[in-house]
Amino acid sequence: MAKVTIDGIEVEVADGTTILNAARQIGGEVVPPAMCYYSSLKDTGGKCRVCLVKVTQGSAKDPRPMPKLVASCRTPVMDGMVVQNITSPEVLEARKGVVEFLLLNHPLDCPVCDQAGECDLQNLSYEHGVGKTRYEEDRRTFEKIDIGDKIKLHMTRCILCYRCTFVADQLTQERVHGVLNRGDASEISTYIEKAVDNDFSGNMIDVCPVGALTDKTFRFKSRVWFTKPLDAHRDCDKCCGKVVLWTKGDDVLRVSARKDQYNEVKEYICNECRYDHKDMKDWTIEGPRHIDRHSVISQNHYEKIDMQKLKLDIDRQLTFQKGKQLPETTNP
Amino acid sequence: MGRQILLEHINVPGINTFDVYRKHGGYASVEKALKTMTPDEVTEEVKKSGLRGRGGAGFPAGMKWSFLDRKSEKPRYLVCNADESEPGTFKDRYLMEKIPHVLIEGMITSSYALGAKTSYIYVRGEYMYIIRILEQAIEEAYAKGFLGKNILGTDYSLDLYVQPGGGAYICGEETALLESLEGKRGNPRLKPPFPAVAGLYASPTVVNNVETIATVCAIVNMGGDEYAKIGIGKSTGTKLISASGHINKPGVYEIELGLPVEEFIYSDQYCGGIWKGRKMKAVVAGGSSVPILPTELILKTAKGEPRLMSYESLSDGGFVSGTMLGSGGFIVMDETACIVRNLWTFTRFYHHESCGQCSPCREGTGWMEKVLHRLEHGHGHEGDIDLLVDVAKKIEGNTICPLGDAAAWPVASAIRHFREEFEYHVRYPEKVKNPKHFELEPFVPAAAAMATV
Amino acid sequence: MSKVEFSPDTLALAQRIIKRYPEGRQKSALLPLLHVAQAEFDGWLSPETMDYVASLLNIKPIEVYEVASFYTMYNLKPVGKCLIEVCQTGPCWLRGADDIVEHFEKKLGIKVGETTADGMFTLKTVECLGSCGTAPMLQCGADYYENLTTEKVDTLIEKLRASDNRSTYMKSNMQEL
Repeated sequence: MAKVTIDGIEVEVADGTTILNAARQIGGEVVPPAMCYYSSLKDTGGKCRVCLVKVTQGSAKDPRPMPKLVASCRTPVMDGMVVQNITSPEVLEARKGVVEFLLLNHPLDCPVCDQAGECDLQNLSYEHGVGKTRYEEDRRTFEKIDIGDKIKLHMTRCILCYRCTFVADQLTQERVHGVLNRGDASEISTYIEKAVDNDFSGNMIDVCPVGALTDKTFRFKSRVWFTKPLDAHRDCDKCCGKVVLWTKGDDVLRVSARKDQYNEVKEYICNECRYDHKDMKDWTIEGPRHIDRHSVISQNHYEKIDMQKLKLDIDRQLTFQKGKQLPETTNP
Repeated sequence: MGRQILLEHINVPGINTFDVYRKHGGYASVEKALKTMTPDEVTEEVKKSGLRGRGGAGFPAGMKWSFLDRKSEKPRYLVCNADESEPGTFKDRYLMEKIPHVLIEGMITSSYALGAKTSYIYVRGEYMYIIRILEQAIEEAYAKGFLGKNILGTDYSLDLYVQPGGGAYICGEETALLESLEGKRGNPRLKPPFPAVAGLYASPTVVNNVETIATVCAIVNMGGDEYAKIGIGKSTGTKLISASGHINKPGVYEIELGLPVEEFIYSDQYCGGIWKGRKMKAVVAGGSSVPILPTELILKTAKGEPRLMSYESLSDGGFVSGTMLGSGGFIVMDETACIVRNLWTFTRFYHHESCGQCSPCREGTGWMEKVLHRLEHGHGHEGDIDLLVDVAKKIEGNTICPLGDAAAWPVASAIRHFREEFEYHVRYPEKVKNPKHFELEPFVPAAAAMATV
Repeated sequence: MSKVEFSPDTLALAQRIIKRYPEGRQKSALLPLLHVAQAEFDGWLSPETMDYVASLLNIKPIEVYEVASFYTMYNLKPVGKCLIEVCQTGPCWLRGADDIVEHFEKKLGIKVGETTADGMFTLKTVECLGSCGTAPMLQCGADYYENLTTEKVDTLIEKLRASDNRSTYMKSNMQEL
């Protein structure tokens, strides 16, 4: 076990845990954002740089600080490590820079993007972005293409997290798409027109942090916040069969895997569950899907708010905010 | 000319062949090491020599060797980094072309020290003819019993191969090089783990520059302590400098570290002064990524001491008034050179060479190039200069590999030392639209202009 | 189009290259084999060629596309018989690379990135080729032409026109200037 302090909060975690996952064990504001890291996909992370943090003490044994900001998603903790995330102005400045870089060539077409409302880049920009771009040049654009009959690729929106290539490598038999070219000309592609066609390809849509890979069967059907998400399951011989049905009235508009509070899928679903059962009768409905109260989706008030849980949440925030302001308020 | 170690026999006819090279003392280090020394003793000599990596970072080579995981059950590898691609650097090509056997010899001696049974020389793909030269030299070494099974009748066996790159500067970064050698895209790896623990094929690996490995021969022959006496302070030995730009005698020169910069530039033994009788304006002393310095700061430190060709002296003053020895790519600019245009070509280079894996480098290098292109072509405006400084700052230190820093430093330093020239580009867009603007009318800083009035 | 396949000699070479790497690491041969394939098949890599290389190494075609598109030396579109690559980075620019490029454009009647109508020349600008001390310079196939002047460019164009060979990874076609 290793003791690590993140933004003044101590936590004890298993050896080999990354800083990001240690922070997730603490929860709340100290958790760095992550755009490319994905817990259930091996070797992801390190690329987007939004999770950079400052290590002010390497370990109890070697207390020297690390010379540069480190990617918290790929840096393992050491016993006695001290980390600054939101308490470091340097980290916040760097993160602001990374968000600006990610948005530099992003089309900002949220009003017509199916991902809007559940987009990690949108959330990230809301938290760390600035209102105005300093980029005056033409944005990079790509043609929209179909990769397979169920997935639309909007390369222009892609932030090159590589998650979809890891899905193809780790969940499917044969990867036919990948990252081609290099530098800012890099793109996700099959090179020669080839359909991504296998039982688990649909998971690429779920792991995509932006609207680069979207479900063609849901395309332009509804804004996600006008739908009512329901937890549901069915017996499936290919996957766990546990899904979220995105419904409007009695219609199932979309089926997706279930995501955790960090927007990550833990149990992947097969394409049959995703595409071939858009009928409420095919599913056992468990009840409304819990969506974080900050999300625009929960503005739909389809879920009864657990007042006790909400109070706990608010109390913890207040305690945390008070702790953060401690230096200014201690000496009246 | 000072002490010559690597290039001592450069002018001997036929020195590129095994027989002539051998006649001039070649392969002595292999004999000495394999027959009279243990691998650890060889490593010890390299440590004592104080040899610092000649590829650019200047990390002590002996220390790098000592990090190699010798407890691992996996095979160990030595990989030579001959992916020389840093603009201004061409010393490794020169050495491999003229005296290929010194690299082969160094590879054998170093592989023995590290316990590698298979070693690779990763050469940038564009150096196709160098690949042929090296393959020829390796064939000769096999034929003479210096490679293959039981070298010189000892227990030690080694196979050595040349691997071509495919055209990518980033493969000069050691983990990108290893990815490339594994047949993948040249995306740098996240560290840790470092190659010493998990390098080529996830096995313990040392990656060293051509010049570093070639120097091991001399170190083993003369002993680490003797080698450490050459040079100055912690900058031991000699260094190959690639001199280019506006000088009378561009080329590769071997210098003893500690040579005054002024002597290097103006002596007829080296660069032979500035061409066309012009005045010097600036120098990029260690390859395109190191900070550019104006004449007064390259010849003398901020403290007024003569600047020397050494790791310490060149970096005296930090990035405020100093630079780095880097790879030894010494680019000289005369008074007609446009700092903005030169910087634009450098930034275009880094933009072109960014692997695209991490966002600050992928997006930031292109952004800087576009702003510089605009400035240089007479479309710049107020605020562009501060924007460049800020973008460079947001790339620096925040990327997976040092390419981000390499792209940021030239921008930051050019603006630090030549801000007036950037402002001129904003103020006189019509004048700078002619690509040869400063050749027609050299730029005169305001202070100097005032003085002449 | 005939089936993409190496000649027996080239195939033997490919097998020798694959043997340079440990068992199961044959993917390491990808970069050298792409050079060999490009030399064998008219200086560029068609999807069929890349699929063929993938089959030789027992890897997925996408792995070849990813790599071939990353490195600048692999041409994914047909090129002229002589691919003229003029270096334009700082040190070459300082010594007049722009004039060399301009001269080529005028002489060949094409712009950078284009191929002459007879399919003889493709003109490209490239980044640093490690020849800064002999700037300005260009690469044509395996060959470096250094310390260029406009006169030398004229001679080179004539000599290349008169020659039947394509300079490749496998075979130099160096012309005395």
